[in-house]
Amino acid sequence: MKEQTVTKIIVITSGKGGVGKTTTSASFAVGLASRGFKTAVIDFDIGLRNLDLIMGCERRVVYDFVNVIRGEANLNQALIRDKHIKDLFILPASQTRDKDALTLEGVSTVLDELSKTFDYIVCDSPAGIERGAQLAMYFADSAIVVTNPEVSSVRDSDRMLGLLSSKTRRAEEGREPLTEHLLLTRYSPKRVARGDMLSLSDVNEILAIPLLGVIPESQAVLRASNSGDPVILDKESDAGQAYMDAVGRFLGENIPHRFIEEKGNWLKRLLNFKEKETV
Amino acid sequence: MSIANKITRILDYLKRPEKTSHFAKERLQIIIAHERGMRDKPDYLTALQRDLVDVIAKYVAIDKEAVKVDLERKEGFSVLELNVTLPDGL
Repeated sequence: MKEQTVTKIIVITSGKGGVGKTTTSASFAVGLASRGFKTAVIDFDIGLRNLDLIMGCERRVVYDFVNVIRGEANLNQALIRDKHIKDLFILPASQTRDKDALTLEGVSTVLDELSKTFDYIVCDSPAGIERGAQLAMYFADSAIVVTNPEVSSVRDSDRMLGLLSSKTRRAEEGREPLTEHLLLTRYSPKRVARGDMLSLSDVNEILAIPLLGVIPESQAVLRASNSGDPVILDKESDAGQAYMDAVGRFLGENIPHRFIEEKGNWLKRLLNFKEKETV
Repeated sequence: MSIANKITRILDYLKRPEKTSHFAKERLQIIIAHERGMRDKPDYLTALQRDLVDVIAKYVAIDKEAVKVDLERKEGFSVLELNVTLPDGL
């Protein structure tokens, strides 16, 4: 199952806020760790810590990312072991209002240190294009661009793609560019069918990067954040399954896309059921 | 209210609202193509264009849209191209 040797740094980014970066970071980190990869997930949203809530470890935060950068705590003191999965650790953001708390050297040191023992480092980027977002992407080997099928989100994603191709260490050093993946979230096949929402192929055509997955609009996402258990753990839910598929595809598995067609009405389902029976 | 009027109102009520997703796609295609074109250009280009327009406008009555400033990178050097369309009769 596991064959990773060189640490891979993944940034979860979008430009626009509220599209599902933290939800995706949490579920991706759980997905990777549950396949046996030692995974760390870092909250880069300094001043607006939230990954801890989504991961359900908010009451166990003692030290944070900025404490480590400033030498007030060591990395092992700040990393929080996940309550579900043994190979998963969370590095929470600081609640400081100091905008300059994150430094390039500081982030570089922390990532180097983590790279000694971790297989994957998932960087949960803040919204916007300020320092936190720039540092979250700077060292990345892969980027997952989280996009909603909505005009402002698509435009911001395209803007982020521009930054990813120029403002990262790989770009500056002229190395092989990072791999880009599109994750379309809050997708509603029903509204697409009605002509009220950009379709998967519309967004794909506009952004023109490989599709990692489509996460359907789902009641399960809010339920998951209510309880602090990343939605990927809700194996019965459509969104949970969609995240599981996306993680598999990220690891190179060939998994067909689901949840992109409108669910049939009761009559269609009944007919499908009949068909299945006869097969 | 006439019967025809009533029928129209009932039909309007039953009619689905107009589909809008194609507007979204068209608008995105246009704005994103434009923004991609600006992506590799330095930030000062817009300001430079504005200043150049102001200077030229001091001497010639030009349409502000008729000035195009473009920066093209070639190997080892860059070309700053200034394109001004002067009005007729000068």
